[in-house]
Formats: sequence, C-alpha cells, structure tokens
Amino acid sequence: MARYFTEEHEWIEVDGDTAIIGITDYAQEQLGDVVFVEVPQTGTEFTKGAEAAVVESVKAASDVYAPIGGTVIEGNAALEGEPELVNTAPEAEGWFFKLTLADKDELEGLMNAKAYQAFCDSL
Amino acid sequence: MSDNDTDLEDQPPEALPLDAWHREHGARMVPFAGYEMPIQYTGEHGGIVAEHNWTRTSASLFDVSHMGQLTVSGDNAARQLEKLLPSGIANLHEGKMRYSLLLTEAGGIIDDLIVTNTGPHFALVVNGACKWDDIAHLREHLDDDVTLTHFDDFALLALQGPKAADVLEGIVPGVSELSFMTAGLFQFEGQHIWVSRAGYTGEDGFEISVHSNYVRAFADALVADERVQPAGLGARDSLRLEAGLPLYGHDLSQDTDPVSGGLGFALSKVRRTSGGYLGHAACLVRLEEGGCAQRRVGLTLEGRQPGREGAQVFSGDALVGTVTSGGFSPTLGHPIAMGYVETAFATEGTKLDIEVRGKRLPATVTALPFVPHRYHRKGA
Repeated sequence: MARYFTEEHEWIEVDGDTAIIGITDYAQEQLGDVVFVEVPQTGTEFTKGAEAAVVESVKAASDVYAPIGGTVIEGNAALEGEPELVNTAPEAEGWFFKLTLADKDELEGLMNAKAYQAFCDSL
Repeated sequence: MSDNDTDLEDQPPEALPLDAWHREHGARMVPFAGYEMPIQYTGEHGGIVAEHNWTRTSASLFDVSHMGQLTVSGDNAARQLEKLLPSGIANLHEGKMRYSLLLTEAGGIIDDLIVTNTGPHFALVVNGACKWDDIAHLREHLDDDVTLTHFDDFALLALQGPKAADVLEGIVPGVSELSFMTAGLFQFEGQHIWVSRAGYTGEDGFEISVHSNYVRAFADALVADERVQPAGLGARDSLRLEAGLPLYGHDLSQDTDPVSGGLGFALSKVRRTSGGYLGHAACLVRLEEGGCAQRRVGLTLEGRQPGREGAQVFSGDALVGTVTSGGFSPTLGHPIAMGYVETAFATEGTKLDIEVRGKRLPATVTALPFVPHRYHRKGA
C-alpha cells in the first residue's frame, strides 16, 4: 500500500488496482466546518481531473476532482449522515470514494507524504 | 459595477486599526470592502460554527471598522437628510436610531444604513463597500448649509450575544440602560465612546464607536472577560442570514427596491403621503397592489445541501426567482436561503425548488427571521 498526495490537497491510498480517495487535513482546515458531501455513485467512470465530488462547508461549495482516472466502486455512505467526519478524520473515516484504477501510470508525479508536507509548508 | 468598485479592487486592501490585534488572536484575514478583515479565528473557540454558536449563547466581538461612520450637522440637517431618506428624521428624538435607505430616483437601493440623532448631529453608519459612493451621493444632494464629516479615524466594534449587556456594563457602566435602537455617549478609561444598542446578528448587543488610538485597549478589556470571544465575518454572515437581515450587494442593490426587498417599514407612513425624498414616486408605485413583480423571501431547504447566491429558483419547470444569500444554518441544523421570487410564489408555505449543480433541492417559502430576534426592547 502506498499513499499519494496532490497539489489540490487530495490523498490517494493505493492497494493493488484499487484506490481510496479523500481530502487532506490541510484541506479540511481551509474549508472549515463541512456540512454536506456529495460522493459519486458506484459505477461512475472518471478521467483524471474530472469533477468527482462536492464538499460544502458553512462558508462555500468546493469541487473535488478525480486525482486519477477510474471507475467508482463505492462512495462513503457515512458522509451523508456525518459530513463532519471530513473535519474530524479527513485522512481516515472521512474518505470520499473508492476507485478501480484505470491507469496506474497516472500515479507518477504525485507526491509522497514528505513531499506533500513540504508543499503545504511552502504555501 | 461602478468605476468606484473597480478602483477599490485595484488598490491593495487597507489595514484595520485592529489589524495586528486580529492576527495575534489567530484571525484568518481576507480582503473585504477594501480592507483586510478577519473572516474567522483559529484555536479552541475558532471556526465559523463555533463563533456563530458562541454569539447565540454568550457574547462575541466583531470588528466592523470597514463601515462608514458619517455625520451630517447644521441647523438644517434633518430637513436636508429628509430629501434623501424615506424615514422621518425631523421627528427622530435625540438618542434614537432608525434603519433607513439611500434611494435612486427610480427607487433602487443605493445603500441601507442606520441614522442616529446624537444631539449635535445626525450620525449615519453605512456599508463599507458603499461608503465612498454614499459620500459622493450625499455631497451631490445635500445643500451647502450642512456639513458632512467622515469619521475615518474611528473604529467600530460590535459586541453581540445574550451576555453582551452584562459584559459591557462591567466595563462601561450605564450602557445596560439603553434599549434596542437607542444610543448615547459613554466613557471608557476617561475616553469618549459612542454606544448603540443594535447589531446585525439578531441577538441583543451593542455597536461601539471608539477612536482608533484606544480601540486596542478597549478590545483587550472586552476579551479579558471569559464570556467574550472574537468572531469574524463568516459568523456575522451566517448569523445575519438566520436573523433574516439583508446584506447590501447581495440581497439589496440598485436593481431592488424597498418594497420588493421587504423593507416597507423603512418607508415612513407619513412621508409616503408627504413625500419630498428621492425615489418617493417610484416607491409609491411599488406599494400599489401588484406593484412588485417579485419579493424577497426566506427559503428553508430540505436535506443538508445549501443553495447559495445565484442559484435559480423553480416552481415546476418555471423559473420564478434567484437565491441572493444562502448557507447552512448552524442554529437550525439545515440549509436556509434568501432570495427574490415572483410575487405569486412569495406566500409563506409555497413549495419551490432550488437548482444546485443540475439537481433540484426542495425548498419552502418561510417567514423571516428564521431564528427569532432577541433584542432588548424598551419595557421588555
């Protein structure tokens, strides 16, 4: 298993052909109190960079883009009743959706935890 | 958008008198109305929802120094102001405050404001983003026998919440005698401060005009009380939305008018007849049966997804309105919005849909305010 990060503050946990995707602690801190999350339906196919989910905080609505292409296996149903999981456990129970990867080469160029931390520190 | 707005955006934002104080208290600053303003604070009590809830249960300190603090003075000040404001000004007693509007000839809203008879003059508190246009408008229309002064060396703080009166009374004795929409001159550490019992949250509270030289000492004295936490613009917006209070530039504009905007109370009954103010004829037309094509309404949404400013409102397939302010209500635990809908759909209880990202969210026209006001009214 390996965890990757994007400059859009998403994390991608890869295990074989599947990936779990969520937003980082830095991202939830910037968003503030999350009140609603719309996760994609099972079977939805994304290309890298497509609008995949919507997260609404008290302040504003934000898009979450698919950091890699693939087919949705599962959206996190727990977020419907408890969207605050994105604030309290962004990199664990507050995950957004699971994908079957379309092309593992798309993972190239993504950051590891250390590189992502350095990226956040530079902001 | 006027040229002035463009100029404002082109210039770097100014610092508030309390800029450093906000940063020391963990504020996240954003440009707003030409100033760097605290949108929210970090830390244990920080965040929009926490600041919102603190205001509803204790007392929060807001910095609203971006707002324009103006005075109009001279023997003829009341009559001159009545040429522009649809309110009774000559009959506004000393120490009393009134909500009023600056209107165009066509009845469009240039700004909304609070006018106070301070004794020596009439004080106007106007919106920060509008203040330069307001000053130009006042200069253009007021005769030379009155003096318009911009108190740009004064900060304006708001202390809002059910514990605000007890807190402020401890620092500024006498303020608890004020009732809602009254004001007076008080002392803080030997300095004059002007205190108004009013606000923009729906809670009891005060707005305090204090010279920028000693605003830091005053803010420190307030937050030294454990019942007080600083709160930012984010909470101010969610609080005023729950309180059903319109925000200029969003819910009110030159394309809206007092009657459509639900502000008919600002059109003095006597002056509806006597007139003599800019926009009077246009307002009379709006007041007639069928005079308004649309109305400002409250909308309560089902589910948890907010409908925000700009979202279209439908009845079936028919487009009947637009959301002008919307968000999640921390107090009620569901999304709420304000917007304009065609008059036929403005009745309380009407079922409508708000379109968000191609999805229709069911919404019901709801009486404003969403959360009851808890002002300290005279005799209460």
